[in-house]
Amino acid sequence: MHEKTKALVINYEKCTGCRLCELVCAVFHHGVSNPQKARIKVEKWEWEGLYIPMSCKQCIDAPCMNVCPVRAISRDDTLGRVIVDHDLCIGCRSCVAVCPFGAMGFDPVEKKVFKCDLCDGDPQCVRFCDEKAVDYLEVTREPLLRKREAAEKIAQAHKRGMELSSELEI
Amino acid sequence: MALSRRIAYIDLSTGKIETKPIPVEMRKKFLGGRGLDAYLLYNHSEKGVDPFSPENPLIVSAGLLVGTLASATSRTHVMAKSPLTGLLGSCNMGGFFAPELRWAGFDHLVIKGKADKPVYIYIHNGEIEIRDAKNLWGKSVTEAQRAVREELGDPDVKCLVCGPAGEKLVRFANVMTGVKNAGGRTGMGAVMGSKKLKLIAVRGTMDIKIAYPKEALEFNKRFIEQITTAKVNQTMSILGTPFIWGATNSWGGIRVNNFQYNQLLYADDVEPERFHEIANETFGKYHMAGCFACQVHCRTRYRIPDGPYKGCYDEGPEYTTQGAFASEVGCTSALTVLTGNYLCNQYGVDWLELGSLIAWAMELYEKGILTSKDTGGIDLRFGNDEAVIEMVKHVCERDTYLGDVLAEGGLRAAEIIGKDSIKYLIHVKGMQNLHSDERPTPALALNVATASRGSDHLRSRPAIDLYHLPEAVLRKIYSSPIPYEGPLSSDFREYVGKAWQVFWQEQCYMAVDSLGICKYHTTFLGATLPNFEDWVKAIYFNTGLEFTPQELWTIAERCNNMERLFNLREGLTPDDPYKGDRLVDRYHDEPAKRGAPDVVGSYIDREKFLKMREEFYRYHGWDEKTGVPTEETLKRLGIENEPSHLL
Repeated sequence: MHEKTKALVINYEKCTGCRLCELVCAVFHHGVSNPQKARIKVEKWEWEGLYIPMSCKQCIDAPCMNVCPVRAISRDDTLGRVIVDHDLCIGCRSCVAVCPFGAMGFDPVEKKVFKCDLCDGDPQCVRFCDEKAVDYLEVTREPLLRKREAAEKIAQAHKRGMELSSELEI
Repeated sequence: MALSRRIAYIDLSTGKIETKPIPVEMRKKFLGGRGLDAYLLYNHSEKGVDPFSPENPLIVSAGLLVGTLASATSRTHVMAKSPLTGLLGSCNMGGFFAPELRWAGFDHLVIKGKADKPVYIYIHNGEIEIRDAKNLWGKSVTEAQRAVREELGDPDVKCLVCGPAGEKLVRFANVMTGVKNAGGRTGMGAVMGSKKLKLIAVRGTMDIKIAYPKEALEFNKRFIEQITTAKVNQTMSILGTPFIWGATNSWGGIRVNNFQYNQLLYADDVEPERFHEIANETFGKYHMAGCFACQVHCRTRYRIPDGPYKGCYDEGPEYTTQGAFASEVGCTSALTVLTGNYLCNQYGVDWLELGSLIAWAMELYEKGILTSKDTGGIDLRFGNDEAVIEMVKHVCERDTYLGDVLAEGGLRAAEIIGKDSIKYLIHVKGMQNLHSDERPTPALALNVATASRGSDHLRSRPAIDLYHLPEAVLRKIYSSPIPYEGPLSSDFREYVGKAWQVFWQEQCYMAVDSLGICKYHTTFLGATLPNFEDWVKAIYFNTGLEFTPQELWTIAERCNNMERLFNLREGLTPDDPYKGDRLVDRYHDEPAKRGAPDVVGSYIDREKFLKMREEFYRYHGWDEKTGVPTEETLKRLGIENEPSHLL
């Protein structure tokens, strides 16, 4: 993979649950408002206030690609994505069944599978998400961000510990 | 496409269900949402109908742009005759119900009749079923939604629910969706309860075709930028509406102790920053949540930090929760506000109304009109946190004398309590006022006095009037899309020019309520926010319907007049003490005691107020004295033959 390849990076904590990503995705790809046709979906546990956007991970060793009996699914390394060739696809939906993230959709009207194509390099979900709960970053940056976020939590706990010990005069 | 959504007529007495397309001519006259609801209510109810009778239609709708690309297109509107006021019952709410209703194929539901046992309605991709709600009845707002999702086996079902308060016919019960999206005011939840309708569950996967998808996407991007770059929305997206309470209280615009004062002192624990802190501590750094397709996200997620409900998840609080459970009842505890917030969300009740009624009862207790015998031993003095929470439960459960009396709403309660209790009731048309003090601000006073659903800030409030905007800016806003050359004043204490501002805002809010867009995305709290000129573009790109801003204005006028016709038919006269476009005496006779120098001593001058009201009627094309639309106005708007029974 090219080292400058970008990927969708989801930080569910930042998600406000508004589902604008679902709306713009369906409009961009199908010209309709219908979350069923969006490649991204915010899974919700409303009674706990938990919102988790789910989308294709563009796996390197992609199960959808491996299971496809007619090799209609392949990797496009310039954009770091997994794509479906609809001329080859026979509509068996094996890819839908095998995806561990539910990222492969099926349109019963057009009788076609569909998945995130990163909008050819300008993902609309990212463009419209002000909070950047969904972001589009170089793949090498994500682990760095995660490290920093995790460290921040430790740093805060550390500061709080110091405050407590000074309050208690330990 | 957006215009292909249908209307369903559901009779709960007979189980009969009928659906029809909505002719595009009706769209051009009334858009959808609140506007078309007003037409349907006037056409499907008889004069003098009892709000709790099967004949009172409960109308549920999605606005014309709901689910499309016009920012925050999330709004559900519900209408019926109000069991609280006997006039127009109407509420508008965010969340995710309305878009789901559209994806399920419908825009308007007209629900009549009464089931003999509890039922719920399930709407799924064009199909409508009436189902047994035996297992849902009695459940709280969130429990009921959780249970019906389990029963239907689908976590994506969205619901419009009546909580236990609605089941018990508390006359100001809400309809609710999600954890805290509330259709409050005028008791639409009680109308649901009276029909034994526990909830409406919807789930849909039907396309809403966007007329010009590419253009709609690009338009929406700019539209969102216009909305989210406004300072007021940037603040709102961090602190939610509590920030407005904080700002208003700082200059003395918040009612305290049932309107005896106008600024809450020692309020540190109920300031917006405190709630922000609690949310940070109990939920986390990213705790704001948004309604469908909204980038303002003004809803706070938190857990109750202490007390008997410690750890319970909830959303809010809002300006009105601070008003209801802090300032009006003279309390200064964040925990009381959050506990009240939680209980009201679970019972499904209008906390604005409830807090005000408790505050009223507190003043009656202070004056000796209510005694501890009436309160069942509760020491109902201002500032008693425990008493407030106890009363919330007793009103929603209707399990004590006073709780049961207050559940009937202010006017009925005053009749039962007697003496001169009515003198202390702060209401317009039998509905309690928002916890703001409008004495320093004649424009806002005119707004609450004339709002079509009773005292209300969301029907016509020119909130930007408080900003001392330069006259040139006011001119730019208020002389479009209809020219206005009369006076405008940057001084919020003035009476001149204000009638036009209130009239203009009334048009503005009617337009967005009919489109299904949130008011925070209009010229409500920010001068740079979208307007008629922007909405016609949104309508065109999304639906293909072409309107000029002036045409949109005329539609809003038509819809406002439909609401007026309904209210007049149900007994509104301008000076009626219970149903009139008037303020209670405290606005006129008791000057403000606290606050900033230009607030202290302010009151509403009766004569100037009446002049302003006449002017307001005139702009509407109503008779200056009677407030009745003239024949000419009705003809101009094409509603001279209502009810016309076209839908």
